[in-house]
Amino acid sequence: MSRRFTPKVITANLLLDGDAVWLTADDRWSKSMHDAEFIEDEAHADIRLLFANGQANIIVGPYLADAKAGPNGPEPTHFREEFRTRGPSNYAHGKQVELN
Amino acid sequence: MYKYNNFDEAFVRSRVAQFRDQVERRIKGQLTEDEFRPLRLMNGLYLQLHAYMLRVAIPYGTLNSRQMRQLAMIAEKWDKGYGHFTTRQNIQFNWPKLQDVPDILEALADVEMHALQTSGNTIRNVTADHFAGAAADEVADPRPVAELLRQWSTDHPEFQFLPRKFKIAVSGGEQDRAVTKAHDIGIRIVRNAAGEIGYQIIVGGGLGRTPMIGKVIRDFLPKEDLLPYVEAVVSVWNLLGRRDNKYKARIKITVFENGLDEFSQLTDERFEQIRAGFTGVDQEILAEIEQFFREPVYETKSKDVFDARYATDPAFRSWVDTNLSDHKSDDYAIVTISVKKHGATPGDATADQMRAMANLAEAYGHDELRISHEQNVVLPHVHKADLPAIYDALKVADLATANVGLISDIIACPGMDYCALATARSIPIAQEIAQRFDDLKLEHDIGPLKIKISGCINACGHHHVGHIGILGLDRAGVENYQITLGGDGTQDAVIGDKTGPGFAAEDITNAIERIVMAYLALRQTPAETFLDAYKRLGLEPFKAALYEEAAAHAAE
Repeated sequence: MSRRFTPKVITANLLLDGDAVWLTADDRWSKSMHDAEFIEDEAHADIRLLFANGQANIIVGPYLADAKAGPNGPEPTHFREEFRTRGPSNYAHGKQVELN
Repeated sequence: MYKYNNFDEAFVRSRVAQFRDQVERRIKGQLTEDEFRPLRLMNGLYLQLHAYMLRVAIPYGTLNSRQMRQLAMIAEKWDKGYGHFTTRQNIQFNWPKLQDVPDILEALADVEMHALQTSGNTIRNVTADHFAGAAADEVADPRPVAELLRQWSTDHPEFQFLPRKFKIAVSGGEQDRAVTKAHDIGIRIVRNAAGEIGYQIIVGGGLGRTPMIGKVIRDFLPKEDLLPYVEAVVSVWNLLGRRDNKYKARIKITVFENGLDEFSQLTDERFEQIRAGFTGVDQEILAEIEQFFREPVYETKSKDVFDARYATDPAFRSWVDTNLSDHKSDDYAIVTISVKKHGATPGDATADQMRAMANLAEAYGHDELRISHEQNVVLPHVHKADLPAIYDALKVADLATANVGLISDIIACPGMDYCALATARSIPIAQEIAQRFDDLKLEHDIGPLKIKISGCINACGHHHVGHIGILGLDRAGVENYQITLGGDGTQDAVIGDKTGPGFAAEDITNAIERIVMAYLALRQTPAETFLDAYKRLGLEPFKAALYEEAAAHAAE
């Protein structure tokens, strides 16, 4: 029996500056995970990942990451993905300052 | 220090030009990421969690002031104003943009530096004792040998697609400050009974998933046999090493699975085959290289100013007693500049701090700087009369922390704050532990104690050989920290013992404090170090303090 599909988002890093980005429902790459398309269907996830893999001139290494629904949009479920939405903890660098 | 010849200069420039072209083609879409990735890794460029990371080689940890200033310039112009000195004597920039990297490499080439072979399955940057050429216990300076190995291994056609990465360390002192027993090949410069200089060769050490202490494969290798013998070792492993499983590909597994005797015999056979091909030109090159590493001309001047300050200024005295090491000349000292201010990120220096250190090296240190694998910066040749001025300048640069070798002088890998391979964070743990023991004002009382933290099993933070080692793992989606005790990275290398279940991030500093408090209660005299006490008592009393006290607190 296959495991139940848990909700996902598609994420990658930008080719030019390496920053973490998420794929939106309208085919953009956003630096905010809240903008990501929240994917609850496995077949749709496969199709969206195929699309992402075709974006190699914009992004690097797309993958499906676990997510949960939040008040402002998708949120991470694992600490690694949470760090990617924020930046490092030792300095106020990366998204935690750049997105505000 | 070594100076590039025309060949070195042309080679490094041609590689920069090639990479510039490769980056352009990647951005234009003419190269796929699968095609580009191995090319960028050959130039030290990784893609990490939040950005690219460029790892720049600092061969055998040696820099001059001009090079340090260029690193500061790069940090300011293309990064976020700082750099991270690593346990491999490299420097990493955490925020470069892809299109800027060719310019960064060009700027490095301007000062005879590069990022070649700082990644990939090749022979990596050769590391060495950071006190090379200065230490009182030195048999010979390890840097000429390290430079010879660098030249031999760079672009070596046989060794560009090895089963895995390959790390060589060279130590020239009786004390092993280069952790040679945790490298694929460790080389220790020794003298035989006849007083001749040669090499003890250690093979098959390594940390990571399967930590192993290297084994001596040759007690005394004559000087002229070094390159052919090292080439034979790598050559045998290149054929025998497992390519079916990357966790079993390192030479430590090859030596373990085949046995040292079998590996040694195969190496000897290969050595006999290739030895004749080394016509002695390597020894001529080594002799040329040695000319670049001649001892500085030492000054003779009064030390009164030092003696007076030492007698009257307790903060200066504490720094001198903690951060200085014996130099081969009595009037001189080796200064270790702590890049480990309490609460700061281990190994991170700002561009201003880099320039401050460069200025000191130029004014007082024969223009030499070293990066230690313990993530500090060393001024190897300082006249004692200049120590007060150096201390004052370091205070201004916020670099005068007197904690070298103490509990807050923590090695920490970048961990999950930067590294894509990490399973947990390291830096915040190091920051919190250092801050805790500074607040307790106990670290000078505790004495020598090395804490080493890795954020994953690959062990860049050398946790297995920390007196106290901390390994960050992902346990069911939560950061969890496992402790090892009694590790030792010196000539008496030992892998630490696991204590038992790990601790959550919010509990790990308390756990370390319980271990240290147990040590203070158990030591026979203040002169008995943590490691000595551990060797005498074993794991049990520390384990009891670690877990039983925790259980008692939980029951309250």
